[in-house]
Amino acid sequence: MVNVMPGGRVTEPGNALRFETGDWRSFRPILDREVCIDCMSCWMYCPDDSVIVKDGKIEGIRMTHCKGCGICAKVCPKHAITMVQE
Amino acid sequence: MEHKDIAINGDNAIAMAWKQIDPDVCAAYPITPQTIIVERFSDYVADGEVNTEFVCTESEHSALTVCISAAASGARTVTATASAGLAYMWEMLGIASGLRTPLTMAVANRALSAPINIHCDHGDAMASRDTGWMMIFAENVQEAYDNAIIAPKIAEHPDVQLPMMTCLDGFILTHAIERMTPLDSHAIKDFIGEYRPVHPLLDWKNPVTHGVMDGHDFYFEHRYQIAEAMTAALKVAEDVFEEFEKISGRRYDLVEEYMCKDADYVAVCLGSTFGTMKAAVDQLRKDGKKVGVIMPRLFRPLPSEKIAKAVSGKKGVAVLDKFLSPGSYAPMYEDVLASASSLDKMPKLFSYIYGLGGRDVKVDDLRSVFTDMIAGKAKKVNYLGVRL
Repeated sequence: MVNVMPGGRVTEPGNALRFETGDWRSFRPILDREVCIDCMSCWMYCPDDSVIVKDGKIEGIRMTHCKGCGICAKVCPKHAITMVQE
Repeated sequence: MEHKDIAINGDNAIAMAWKQIDPDVCAAYPITPQTIIVERFSDYVADGEVNTEFVCTESEHSALTVCISAAASGARTVTATASAGLAYMWEMLGIASGLRTPLTMAVANRALSAPINIHCDHGDAMASRDTGWMMIFAENVQEAYDNAIIAPKIAEHPDVQLPMMTCLDGFILTHAIERMTPLDSHAIKDFIGEYRPVHPLLDWKNPVTHGVMDGHDFYFEHRYQIAEAMTAALKVAEDVFEEFEKISGRRYDLVEEYMCKDADYVAVCLGSTFGTMKAAVDQLRKDGKKVGVIMPRLFRPLPSEKIAKAVSGKKGVAVLDKFLSPGSYAPMYEDVLASASSLDKMPKLFSYIYGLGGRDVKVDDLRSVFTDMIAGKAKKVNYLGVRL
């Protein structure tokens, strides 16, 4: 028997962080670092937690959580993100 | 015992049991023939005789929703309903069992509409039988009271963690006054003990989440766990019955048998009919007919093995359902049939549908169930007392 908590209770707070949800994407965002101005629009608008930021710079997209919704590409003022079919 | 025998109806008896249990939360909406239960219990709340938080909701759907939330929070929770009220709760019934909230609900069995009918049959309970709730039935007011005390102890057991309905026949038990021996309140409190919820939401030192998305990854496993918990509940119930005997002197079994050992023909029934059936059996025994009657005290989980054993070797078995499943066979008939299928030699099984919408069923009517079987006149499906 697999270890499943009765009733689907989650007894470890915050473990959703470890649950990878980016497995049903149809489109994937591709970031062009040459064009990106690190304005953080994509980071603010991402409905998940998929934009990786380090030291004030956009480093890339966390593909284990990205659902391919395309909001980042839509809000980017420099069109630095392109959506391509998976 | 501190208490002497009293005269009381089934609804008041359940309210009394709850008063003695002193549950944390009761959320309810009135519906005949259950109303007296929550009405009387709300008196106890208003008079400060219990510490219960009583929530008046705008519907049964909301009542059960509040109860599920309260139980998930870690509160010992009770409610009551009947008929359309139970039907209106239906969506939440599966949520109560799916979230494994061990609350107790008294169901004053009443026919489902339409045409409208307030009287007793088991239509409400039977329509809810696959929702993951345990169901215990009462033959008389004493048992309705006892079941209300027994149920939380089975439901809250860590191996079970499932909600439980304590079913009592509408009007026949809810409104009829019978003689009853109540238990001492301290004995009840000792018997039930303090509620130790598993992973309650209000345990802020150990934060938990209930009701998360399950999907195809885990849903099947969680449903399987409910099936396993039901199996575990059979053993737990037997232990609880044994413990209950120590404080009450009253012995209960998963399957009650009356004059069955040497019987050639037996009937299987639920609820107050068990008592009427005993009278029919007594009369026929005087005429030398070897007959007996069986009642599965627990209907869910079904004590299948014990039912099979009880009907084993009989010439004929009549299964009485106070419910008609249009287009198929009656539920308990199917259950007994499936249970008996594990026997090397299956007895002849007959389905008797009776007492719908409160149609009176007298001892004479019930005697005919046996005399029909003995005379070879019983059909596969019989409608006892319907005017054709």
